[in-house]
Amino acid sequence: MDRPGLTRRGLFAGGAVAAGALAATGGYLAAGRDARPAPGPAPAAEPFHGPHQAGVATPPQSHAVFLGLTLRPGTDRAALGRLMRLLTDDARRLTEGRPGLADAQPELADPPARLTVTFGFGPGLFTAGGLDHERPLTTLPAFKGDALEEKWSGGDLLIQLCADDPVTLAHALRLVAKDARAFATVRWTQRGFRRPTSSQPAGHTQRNLMGQLDGTVQPADLDASVWISDGPSWLRGGTLMVLRRIRMDLEKWDEADEAAKDFAIGRKITDGAPLTGGAEHDDPDLDAVDRFGFPVIDDAAHIRLARAADPALRMLRRGYNYDDGLSASGVVDSGLLFACYQADVARQFTPVQRRLADADLLNLWTTATGSAVFALPPGCGADGWVGEGLLG
Amino acid sequence: MDKRLIIPTLAFLALPLAACGEEATSTDAAPSASAPTQAQAQAKITVTDPWVKVVKKGMTAAFGTLANTSGADITVVSAATPASGVVELHEVVDTGGQTKMQPRDGGFVVPAGGSITLKPGGFHIMLMDVKEPIEAGADVPFTLTLGDGTKIEFTALAKEFAGGNEDYEPGGGH
Repeated sequence: MDRPGLTRRGLFAGGAVAAGALAATGGYLAAGRDARPAPGPAPAAEPFHGPHQAGVATPPQSHAVFLGLTLRPGTDRAALGRLMRLLTDDARRLTEGRPGLADAQPELADPPARLTVTFGFGPGLFTAGGLDHERPLTTLPAFKGDALEEKWSGGDLLIQLCADDPVTLAHALRLVAKDARAFATVRWTQRGFRRPTSSQPAGHTQRNLMGQLDGTVQPADLDASVWISDGPSWLRGGTLMVLRRIRMDLEKWDEADEAAKDFAIGRKITDGAPLTGGAEHDDPDLDAVDRFGFPVIDDAAHIRLARAADPALRMLRRGYNYDDGLSASGVVDSGLLFACYQADVARQFTPVQRRLADADLLNLWTTATGSAVFALPPGCGADGWVGEGLLG
Repeated sequence: MDKRLIIPTLAFLALPLAACGEEATSTDAAPSASAPTQAQAQAKITVTDPWVKVVKKGMTAAFGTLANTSGADITVVSAATPASGVVELHEVVDTGGQTKMQPRDGGFVVPAGGSITLKPGGFHIMLMDVKEPIEAGADVPFTLTLGDGTKIEFTALAKEFAGGNEDYEPGGGH
């Protein structure tokens, strides 16, 4: 308490900051439609408290870590409550740029760099807590072509941390990992990255490591497509998250020429415009045929199969690239941490993924090697904790 | 959850204003509730960021920041918690190059308008006799008694901690 009159808490507690962040969020989502980023600098801190957890509608930060945990035997409902109180306390402090309690490196907490810490409950958490009757659909059918590895799949508890500063992120990850380890072991850690706003304005679609503009079409109304509004009260305001680890065979992708890449995607790889013309955010003409009578956008093109017939069924995609290094022969192990958020996995994710798995031309170059589904409870207020409605 | 503070409403304190920076002792600052003076002030101690180190049994310690929003120094003379039958207010002193924990004579003096931070390696609330495990994430209630008898209650979050080169186990410097 060297500066009792000037605490971060005081600085960030103001409604003006929260309102600004909300405005920025709206700008990001609106920009998905018209490609115009919200003006002004990004806020230094993302508000932790609110009806929804941060880290979903939040404009994507440039670095992410997804931490999948396996609960230790005997971690019952009471223990889960203690765990979530601890983790919420960490998240609340760290996202405001304050050290955690008992933080051994308090010097690293500031700046918060738009840190968000988001929690998700996997199937095993409900079982451990004796709460299977409260479990929403958090399982997926097997998809054709999946090559899922145990080390990247499943998980009882997800902690998603995102920040614009990798040092802030490393510190936050370590603190929550330390507080979780009395209750759980680490199942997987998946790190991802995107271009920072210093490289590309917020709101513009980013390219994945295949060079493809990825995430052009996003939901317009999150209340309709992302946030859960019915069912068990503890989950209202929450969402369901699917995390898929998609390995890219970039060596093989290199062999495809530009026309083949365009054909597989259904868009021009150079600017993301549909092959039927216009600009990135113009609707593709899925009925258009060429002079031979063949569809301009192939029946197996990625954008045709990935398209949700009803815009209200679009999932919010918030993916991160991953790069796990080079082999001795210089071949990179990289791909996409595909993270999507939706109110209803069975209606929004599964049908699209089934179509893609069965026919998507991009499957020639991409393979799912990890898969997990989590229920993300709603956010909490200043005196609450995430998951209190279920575990409290 | 981190705003665990109680502001007592009817506490009056009669401490000599001459007393006490953060490090000063105050053994002579015996409160005298029966003889209020111009120096009296409403006792206002807030406790922020309280936490206690998890332990299975035996000894552990609690930490946090005590702030005094009044115009007069306030002494914390004792602490209590259901988690331990014996609780002491401790300091860490340098005895010729070696640090040693010991009960702090006269308690903790929180200077007027200032604060003191209880932390590993410094002032702390020592739980001498924990019989039931204090588990990570548990809320542990504490009561501080001020020089004038005012009680301040707060709840500390139990956290694992292995830093500060501390050893609160029996035989570890006590």
